[in-house]
Amino acid sequence: MTSTIPAPRTPRRLRGRTNTELYAWMFMRASGVLLVVLIFGHLFVNLVTGDGINALDFAFVAGKWADPLWQVWDLLMLWLAMLHGTNGLRTVINDYAERDQLRLWLKVGLYTATTITIVLGTLVIFTFDPCPPDAAAELLPSFCPVP
Amino acid sequence: MPKAPAGTLYRGREGMWSWVAHRVTGIGIFFFLFAHILDTALVRVSPEAYNEVIATYKNPIVGLMEVGLVGAIVFHAFNGLRIVLVDFWSKGPRYQKQMFAAVLGLWVLLMVPFVIRHLSHVFGG
Repeated sequence: MTSTIPAPRTPRRLRGRTNTELYAWMFMRASGVLLVVLIFGHLFVNLVTGDGINALDFAFVAGKWADPLWQVWDLLMLWLAMLHGTNGLRTVINDYAERDQLRLWLKVGLYTATTITIVLGTLVIFTFDPCPPDAAAELLPSFCPVP
Repeated sequence: MPKAPAGTLYRGREGMWSWVAHRVTGIGIFFFLFAHILDTALVRVSPEAYNEVIATYKNPIVGLMEVGLVGAIVFHAFNGLRIVLVDFWSKGPRYQKQMFAAVLGLWVLLMVPFVIRHLSHVFGG
């Protein structure tokens, strides 16, 4: 085991030099409270109001992302939820994967998947075109110019 | 490391079961999140690609799975706030059992209207 917990009353200088675990613990609580607001709002607008799940299509997403509020909302949700979930899974891996090699590779896989997903999601939000020129007009939001 | 059965850390009741449920719902939500970000990324491919994939979600089976997903999220959210209160509120540890009851009560209070609303969308067309 590489990450044994030091005995109580171990002098501080003999413990780990960083407070990474403290920051991770704080992050879970701070991001968790924000995510309650962000995700409850997301679920309410996308599933409860209007026609709910039946209204979801490209035009619905494009209409939302025409508003900077929803761009920022979704970007925050993407980053906070991914990091919160990744740190949660890191804890689960540390708890149950007892072999050092297995624990290492599970975390390498986790961090790789997280990085790819966050980068992909961020690029989508920032490079999204609500009115792609070669798309059928009836699939686009109503504010797109008619060809 | 020896694994001799020298008693157990698992003590049951509200403390342990809320922790178990928090883990299980957290892991489930996290795996859904990967799928959800990937399907949403299809808006960057084309409107047709996105609509086609979203259309495969619009059936009663996925509709019921969405109820499960929202149920997991609502539990994880309220129990997460309970954890924050246990950690930061001076009386939090003393009232953790009552707060767990509140988590379950609020869960029912939110889920009943949500399930009625969502399933009427799913089954009502």
